[in-house]
Amino acid sequence: MLAFLIRRISQSVMVLLVMSVLVFVGVFYIGNPIDILIAPDATPAEYARAVKELGLDKPMLDQYWIFLKDAVHGDLGNSFVYNEPALKLILQRMPATMELAVTAMLMAVFIGIPLGMLAGIKHDTMLGRSIMRFSILGFSLPTFWVGLMFIILFSVQLGWLPSGGRGTTVELLGVPVSFLTWDGIQHLILPAMNLALFKTSLAIRLSRAGVQENLQMDYVKFAKAKGLSNTRIIGLHVMKNIMIPVITVLGMEFGGLIAFAVVTETIFSWPGMGKLVIDSIGVLDRPVIVAYLLITVTMFIIINLLVDIIYSILDPRVRLGDHN
Amino acid sequence: MSNELLDIKKLETFFYTRAGIAKAVNGISLSVDKGEIVGIVGESGSGKSVTGFSIMGLVDPPGEIAGGSIKFKGEEIIGQTEEEWRSFRGAKVSMIFQDPMMTLNPVLRIDTQMIEAIRAHEKVSKKEARRRCVETLAMVGIPSPAERIKSYPHQFSGGMRQRVAIAIGLLNKPDLIIADEPTTALDVTIQGQILSEMQTLCRKTGMALIWITHDLTVIAGLAHKVAVMYAGKIIESGNVQEVLDEPLHPYTHGLIGSVPSRNKRGQPLYQIPGMTPSLINIPEGCSFRMRCPHADEICMKEPDETISDNGRMVRCHHPL
Ligand SMILES: Nc1ncnc2c1ncn2[C@@H]1O[C@H](COP(=O)(O)OP(=O)(O)OP(=O)(O)O)[C@@H](O)[C@H]1O
Ligand code: SF4
Ligand SMILES: [Mg+2]
Repeated sequence: MLAFLIRRISQSVMVLLVMSVLVFVGVFYIGNPIDILIAPDATPAEYARAVKELGLDKPMLDQYWIFLKDAVHGDLGNSFVYNEPALKLILQRMPATMELAVTAMLMAVFIGIPLGMLAGIKHDTMLGRSIMRFSILGFSLPTFWVGLMFIILFSVQLGWLPSGGRGTTVELLGVPVSFLTWDGIQHLILPAMNLALFKTSLAIRLSRAGVQENLQMDYVKFAKAKGLSNTRIIGLHVMKNIMIPVITVLGMEFGGLIAFAVVTETIFSWPGMGKLVIDSIGVLDRPVIVAYLLITVTMFIIINLLVDIIYSILDPRVRLGDHN
Repeated sequence: MSNELLDIKKLETFFYTRAGIAKAVNGISLSVDKGEIVGIVGESGSGKSVTGFSIMGLVDPPGEIAGGSIKFKGEEIIGQTEEEWRSFRGAKVSMIFQDPMMTLNPVLRIDTQMIEAIRAHEKVSKKEARRRCVETLAMVGIPSPAERIKSYPHQFSGGMRQRVAIAIGLLNKPDLIIADEPTTALDVTIQGQILSEMQTLCRKTGMALIWITHDLTVIAGLAHKVAVMYAGKIIESGNVQEVLDEPLHPYTHGLIGSVPSRNKRGQPLYQIPGMTPSLINIPEGCSFRMRCPHADEICMKEPDETISDNGRMVRCHHPL
């Protein structure tokens, strides 16, 4: 276990390093932020001073080196726009994104898995086929389009739910959350559904395939031969077997959910880090873009590590370190 | 009071596949007495497993029992309700499958899988159920069962897993166990051990046993009665010793000829020519016609069952 952790952490550091180079080179070439930041009528002297202040006069390699030295000390630079630490800006927005992503994931798990299992058990009925059609739609419709349709239908036409913002928040352990107020919940529903749609479809597919595959297995027939009821066979024997791959895949997808929140947050003006980074890209606020990407990758790495550990707990046949 | 436990009459189990109807079990009749050990022998695909599944009510679609009757202790079981089947399976008749690696659920502990088998049929405390499970594991030869019962299936060898499966089959003291080639996946020494243990168990508990195999030699030392299946039909049955010493059906004769034995050492083994016919297009007349050295025009007509005084049955126009 310890050897496994050490190996994984050193791999992760390598990934982050490579990632930072790529990101740095990337933002360097998408444009010079000074043209956007400075007033168009600035004198050449003002212009030169601003460039020097932001450190943009140095060669790229020097800039990267300074960045790296600071990053090791937890300083990812100050935002050009807000003149505040980029890290702080992102961490401020993170709870909103996490709340959205976690809600969407819970929806995917608690709606997708039961629906998928149902579709697997009743695969040649109207119900089973309808569930599969729904999941095909969920897979193929683009998220931003579905989000817009949600707003048109539920906010504009029916007027049931608000179309943007977080609503009233309250502090939970010092972090503002929406899900504890009725107004907040109403604001959360549409964006969470929008974000959850793709993963729900994925959960449906995975659980349906899992159920169908497992129902063919000898252990199910043997369980029937013992005189077990169908409820117990599906609810315990099959369920436990399909949960392992389904939870693993969904867990891996959680990072993607955070990344995809960018689209949903923009549509529903959800004040999370995704919206922040889109705004920052608009004004070429390099430190915020770089910090966002590094933080997202770090979260990906942590999530995958946790999923691997959970997987080894769920499946008695797997010991950490055996697989890689 | 009759001694008869199971009475199968003209059982038909068909699979309605896209290619046509596969008559996997095509009108077999077979009876098993209390405490009796019956062997069912036949080549792969002759319908042995489907016969077992039919008795358990476990024929999966597109398969279906198309006709005939199965009486257990005098009562018809075909057409039971799903709940009647559930309480029948595992309590009155148990079945053990061929591949011990696949029959246990890989992600549940052995104790979970054993205790639930008892509690599906009886209202007993978990503690009492566990005590009985440990006892049964000891009976089938699992060392230190009280600790081993807490393991997962993958922590057991193939032979040990099959013992666990057998123990699960025994838990509710059924009147009959159907063992579907339970030792073919195991090596020869373990095979022999399990075989003799099963025999002792049957003698001790008065349980009847149907042992399905494609290996005649296994039956020889084990069973009282043997039924030889070919293409969904029983083509010969009777007392094991008599059938082995003096087979009446050319197919049985061929099977015995293809088994190596001491007094035939050095001679080439006899091979039955040809292949099992497809069950979808069984040729008209005797289904063994294409491979039979004694076939003639009469064999274009399906032979009936002929039963002699000593209870031997054969389906052949020209018994040997
Ligand atoms: N699920 C199924 N779908 C279609 N046909 C089937 C199915 N299961 C069995 N059959 C048919 O029933 C026939 C007999 O199968 P069965 O499993 O009883 O053979 P067996 O005698 O047990 O052979 P083996 O020694 O290989 O286990 C097969 O040849 C096949 O034609
Ligand atoms: S009936 Fe004819 S073909 Fe069939 S086994 Fe007997 S002799 Fe052979
Ligand atoms: Mg079989």
